[in-house]
Amino acid sequence: MYARGGHFQRGVRRNKETRIEFVMQCQICRKNDATIHLTEIADGARTEIHVCEHCAVEQDIAVKSHIPINELLSSLLASQPTDDELAGPSGAELVCPNCGYTLAQFQKEGTLGCPGDYEVFEKMLGPLIEKAHDGNTTHRGKVPSSAPADTKEQIELLNLRQRLAVAVQNEDYELAAKLRDQINETEK
Amino acid sequence: MKLTDISNDINEWFDGSGPLGDTIMSSRIRLARNLAGYKFLSRCSTAEKTEILNRLKDVITSLDLGDKVFYVSVDEAPTLNKHFLVERHLISRHHAFGKGPRGAVIAEREFFTAMINEEDHLRIQVLKAGCQLSLCAEQINRIDDMIEQKVEYAFSPRYGYLTACPTNLGTGIRVSVMLHLPALKMTGQIEKFFNAAKDMSLAVRGLFGEGTEAASDLYQLSNQVTLGVSESDVVSQFENAIIPEIVEYETAARSQLLSNQSDILDDKISRAMALLQNAHLISSQEALFLLSHLRLGINMHRHMGASTPAIDKLRTLCGESDDAEKASRLSIAKINRLFMLTLPAHLQLNYGKSLDPTHRDALRAQIIRSTLNQDDPQQG
Ligand SMILES: [Zn+2]
Ligand SMILES: [Zn+2]
Repeated sequence: MYARGGHFQRGVRRNKETRIEFVMQCQICRKNDATIHLTEIADGARTEIHVCEHCAVEQDIAVKSHIPINELLSSLLASQPTDDELAGPSGAELVCPNCGYTLAQFQKEGTLGCPGDYEVFEKMLGPLIEKAHDGNTTHRGKVPSSAPADTKEQIELLNLRQRLAVAVQNEDYELAAKLRDQINETEK
Repeated sequence: MKLTDISNDINEWFDGSGPLGDTIMSSRIRLARNLAGYKFLSRCSTAEKTEILNRLKDVITSLDLGDKVFYVSVDEAPTLNKHFLVERHLISRHHAFGKGPRGAVIAEREFFTAMINEEDHLRIQVLKAGCQLSLCAEQINRIDDMIEQKVEYAFSPRYGYLTACPTNLGTGIRVSVMLHLPALKMTGQIEKFFNAAKDMSLAVRGLFGEGTEAASDLYQLSNQVTLGVSESDVVSQFENAIIPEIVEYETAARSQLLSNQSDILDDKISRAMALLQNAHLISSQEALFLLSHLRLGINMHRHMGASTPAIDKLRTLCGESDDAEKASRLSIAKINRLFMLTLPAHLQLNYGKSLDPTHRDALRAQIIRSTLNQDDPQQG
């Protein structure tokens, strides 16, 4: 995964004065021309990588995850009772009954095994989810039309309360009053 | 429908039109969804993946999207076609070079793509020219509603749409804009943009296949937070806060170039023109780098009325002084077309077979020369 950026050497662009080196070598195999060039900014640190198609596939250098998942995973690990290799005993023992997934596998792959894992590993994933989403812990926004009516209502209320908070903050009292009415209406 | 039907031209979303088109090349919104009752892809057998693929393919190809769609069986596609689809922003690199049964449903005008069995069972995206995020949001929401009539998504009241990676949880929305920021780069202020992005918890990357920050001056800016914020919150954050700020930075940098550093500006534009009009071998990186400067010159004239010796010369190429034929004018659309059509997979697909790098560089240089020197019978 891309966040393993520490493995890449950055020496290829050695002379900035010439503005750019047009033919770059792949930083992994040092054989093929680098055709994939990524610049990623995470937490203020910029990393650039230059690799060939072949190595990108080999090393799974994908741009799928914007937040360095490894960073999140290490924070997850840090929050577990320590064991040299895996998560603490509490996490390591857990196996999803539906897909057979364990936390160790999640740490390795960066993706979960099934939707049920969010419940099975809730305790361990909670802090990671919170960190990945700026401290947020619950959904707001769209709800499938097939969702039960009370789910929709619950989320709609959250949405309205959030919008109310913003309206009050912006001193838009007309909108705030309207939203308050809507909240009362929904809560009935 | 063959890929070569679209590969020899650019589509609306990349033609430089649309609001704020001089800075914002395109807007994109993508949603991540998974089907209820199935495991995530990493735990699915090949048979299960095939089942998901066929199901979603049937549903999506039967939707009324206001455009014809075609289907690409990505796992069976030749490597060159995969590279082409990635260059074209129609599928992700992960989708192109992943494993197992997977496919893409693509609208012929390219404003819509559904990637089936990417990291999630389904990722749908809508692409538009310039700054049109609200319109993207409206369209993708409508398409998502139509799909949802026919399948059940994995959803939890607490976490929203459940995704394979927790970083996409909640709305599953990824809002991005492709930005052209040559003046910030030229004036050494690109850090301003990086810092602004950081302050707003956004991810920036130089575009794949289109180089590092030094090359194309094209950046993609996307949201990272998907949980606890509604779709419209994210879109309005972009439209009301992020985009105006970045456009202002770039515009200020362009003014600064014009008033204090016009010799630097003219040097870059003149060199770009000279090289592009005369080179016989040119790499993709070099082409992107130089074309970026032509784009800047034309846009500075169009949007700021800039006039410098190099920009005026460029305008002659654009047919803006009296003589040149309207049809052969150099335009932003033509520059963008060169951006796209000189990428390696585009070159080879249009040529009809794979070429080694030197032959690619020769072909690329020839295409650019003939466009800029206006003597290519195939242009128009
Ligand atoms: Zn390599
Ligand atoms: Zn599971």
